[in-house]
Amino acid sequence: MNLEGLEMVAVLVVLGLFVKVLEQFGLFEPVSLEDSVEDEFELSTVCHRPEGLEQLQEQTKFTRKELQVLYRGFKNECPSGIVSEENFKQIYSQFFPQGDSSTYATFLFNAFDTNHDGSVSFEDFVAGLSVILRGTVDDRLNWAFNLYDLNKDGCITKEEMLDIMKSIYDMMGKYTYPALREEAPREHVENFFQKMDRNKDGVVTIEEFIESCQKDENIMKSMQLFDNVI
Amino acid sequence: MAAGVAAWLPFARAAAIGWMPVANCPMPLAPADKNKRQDELIVLNVSGRRFQTWRTTLERYPDTLLGSTEKEFFFNEDTKEYFFDRDPEVFRCVLNFYRTGKLHYPRYECISAYDDELAFYGILPEIIGDCCYEEYKDRKRENAERLMDDNDSENNQESMPSLSFRQTMWRAFENPHTSTMALVFYYVTGFFIAVSVITNVVETVPCGTVPGSKELPCGERYSVAFFCLDTACVMIFTVEYLLRLFAAPSRYRFIRSVMSIIDVVAIMPYYIGLVMTDNEDVSGAFVTLRVFRVFRIFKFSRHSQGLRILGYTLKSCASELGFLLFSLTMAIIIFATVMFYAEKGSSASKFTSIPASFWYTIVTMTTLGYGDMVPKTIAGKIFGSICSLSGVLVIALPVPVIVSNFSRIYHQNQRADKRRAQKKARLARIRVAKTGSSNAYLHSKRNGLLNEALELTGTPEEEHMGKTTSLIESQHHHLLHCLEKTTNHEFIDEQMFEQNCMESSMQNYPSTRSPSLSSHPGLTTTCCSRRSKKTTHLPSSNLPATRLRSMQELSTLHIQGSEQPSLTTSRSSLNLKADDGLRPNCKTSQITTAIISIPTPPALTPEGESRPPPASPGPNTNIPSIASNVVKVSAL
Repeated sequence: MNLEGLEMVAVLVVLGLFVKVLEQFGLFEPVSLEDSVEDEFELSTVCHRPEGLEQLQEQTKFTRKELQVLYRGFKNECPSGIVSEENFKQIYSQFFPQGDSSTYATFLFNAFDTNHDGSVSFEDFVAGLSVILRGTVDDRLNWAFNLYDLNKDGCITKEEMLDIMKSIYDMMGKYTYPALREEAPREHVENFFQKMDRNKDGVVTIEEFIESCQKDENIMKSMQLFDNVI
Repeated sequence: MAAGVAAWLPFARAAAIGWMPVANCPMPLAPADKNKRQDELIVLNVSGRRFQTWRTTLERYPDTLLGSTEKEFFFNEDTKEYFFDRDPEVFRCVLNFYRTGKLHYPRYECISAYDDELAFYGILPEIIGDCCYEEYKDRKRENAERLMDDNDSENNQESMPSLSFRQTMWRAFENPHTSTMALVFYYVTGFFIAVSVITNVVETVPCGTVPGSKELPCGERYSVAFFCLDTACVMIFTVEYLLRLFAAPSRYRFIRSVMSIIDVVAIMPYYIGLVMTDNEDVSGAFVTLRVFRVFRIFKFSRHSQGLRILGYTLKSCASELGFLLFSLTMAIIIFATVMFYAEKGSSASKFTSIPASFWYTIVTMTTLGYGDMVPKTIAGKIFGSICSLSGVLVIALPVPVIVSNFSRIYHQNQRADKRRAQKKARLARIRVAKTGSSNAYLHSKRNGLLNEALELTGTPEEEHMGKTTSLIESQHHHLLHCLEKTTNHEFIDEQMFEQNCMESSMQNYPSTRSPSLSSHPGLTTTCCSRRSKKTTHLPSSNLPATRLRSMQELSTLHIQGSEQPSLTTSRSSLNLKADDGLRPNCKTSQITTAIISIPTPPALTPEGESRPPPASPGPNTNIPSIASNVVKVSAL
């Protein structure tokens, strides 16, 4: 039989249909490239439970009632018991409707997530809050330093500080008075380094930081603000 | 800020520690928490079902009832809980809103009940969550349509008195059930439409042969008769169109409406045919015009609701129909091309070009299969079979959408009809309830005031005959009684009022001798034409005619029953005199004495001869007060 071009196409089409019909009957198992069915079950069953109330009471400086209130709020927003970075960013952005708080929220997340496992559990959350709200001034300054030190190497470089500063300025958004200039974060960082960097080596270590902050009256006073948050 | 994250505000404030060391200026003072009390549970008792929640949960939304101090109004001191006498089912949703920040709308709940509850709790329905918002909006729209329907039909009924001739005509055209004339017009036009369509059809039927020529259609054989029929129909249609045009409230809108375009298209060919001569060149166009005569059949859509629904459905499914058309066109082009090239090789193939293959494709896809074009090659046959299979699928897909649209519109119409039918029953129920309450009042008035009158005369045994009524009822009746005393008129029921009207209008005829009537034409003429609360001056007080006396007998009989209240409602001294005259009569309940006694105070009659009226409002007020002894005001 002499098959011409179009007839060849027709025959191929018929063969294709035949294969499909066989598939339907289950006589022909094609190779499936993904196993997607089992994956979906994993994430939904993760549910983290915090340690007991007594343990948390020992570890943090909150009273039992305070822990209860904190946990209730925490669980309401994150029923699975852990906060992912996306969730964290989303919660934090609700407080800053005008600007973009996602970068700063990321830095915060990294600061709260002490064991760097990509999620903040209730223990992490409460531990961080305990330091900020119930800790000594030195503890608080320590925590702030930890926040600024993005790569956790013990010193803050100008680039790290610039990132932090830009993220803080981002939270302001576009509509400010006076209007935000491009150089404002950089100038602010220069100011900061001038104040903090004692030995002018371009980085701020933890001792320099705490020392400079203790000398600054404004900073000391602002640290007192956190006493009455809860 | 969503309230759900209000619990995270302390965290956000704590996170501000990152700003402190970099800040250049001092921070502002923190707000002091004045009443820093521990979070407490509060109990909300809603119709017996107790809900408990933290106080701070409710305070998340301070501009609602539960979040503000407004709930203190509902605080029950004895049980130390907040009591709300409302639906506990809906309250569940409301409280969940405080807890989760999302307001849901339960499907089983009635939309207006839900709206009422939300309004009570001060929650705007706009914050219903996305999951339930669509359902809520749909139900709300349906409800609004229903209310609008009701209002429309109510308005139609109520606007009777003030319609001009033009408006009545328009109403008659739109709604043929309003009057017999409209109904007649409706049927006549329907008949003529049918006649016109049938003549169009019969015109073309071969009607027997005239010897010597070939078979003629009836139209040419009896051309005069058909022409006369056509003329008659067109005249009727023209007249109808002009009348509608005249009566339309907005002529411009009417001209643009579909029905009027159909009307014009139906009658235009005739006029154009009249104007045109029997020229060979234009006779082709003339034949085309005759085709348009068939559009007269669409005039039936005014007469048939089903046709209208079908038209409306097609209009509303325009997008689905468009999609159907588009996909069919695509498929036709593809398959026609393939078939053309497949059949190109075979000899004496009918597939001479791609447009020629269109015909084959359409016939195959719609599974018609005329068989005038068939593929002969193997490839052609394979592709032809694929074409027919796909045709079935492509056509079957949009059809259910159109069908469901039609079903929805049809059911909507049926619902509207059902509502209209039930409307009469509903209005009757409302009317019965109203008359029931007014009758209750009148009944208790008679009994109650009977008691009062008896008290005045001091017969205690008969006091117990009064019917016991609830406290609310008695307070309501007392209120109505106070109104009566204020205006010095009385409530009577509709039947008595109408009888009084009838009597007064009958007594109007020999009215020349009763100047009282003539001097107050306004009062009497308005008696029956408007059911307003105006008094009528029943001229029973001064008519000497014997015929009228018998009328008086009737009227006094009626008056007898409700006469007693007037004994205590009289204000002026003049009336007291009448009362004195009447009182013994009522007690003795004798008719004849009543007749004589009623005209006792001739001085009171406003005949104006013996006594000039003190002031123009004077007699008017006196007359009503006199009349209050005799005739009562219309019903509630």
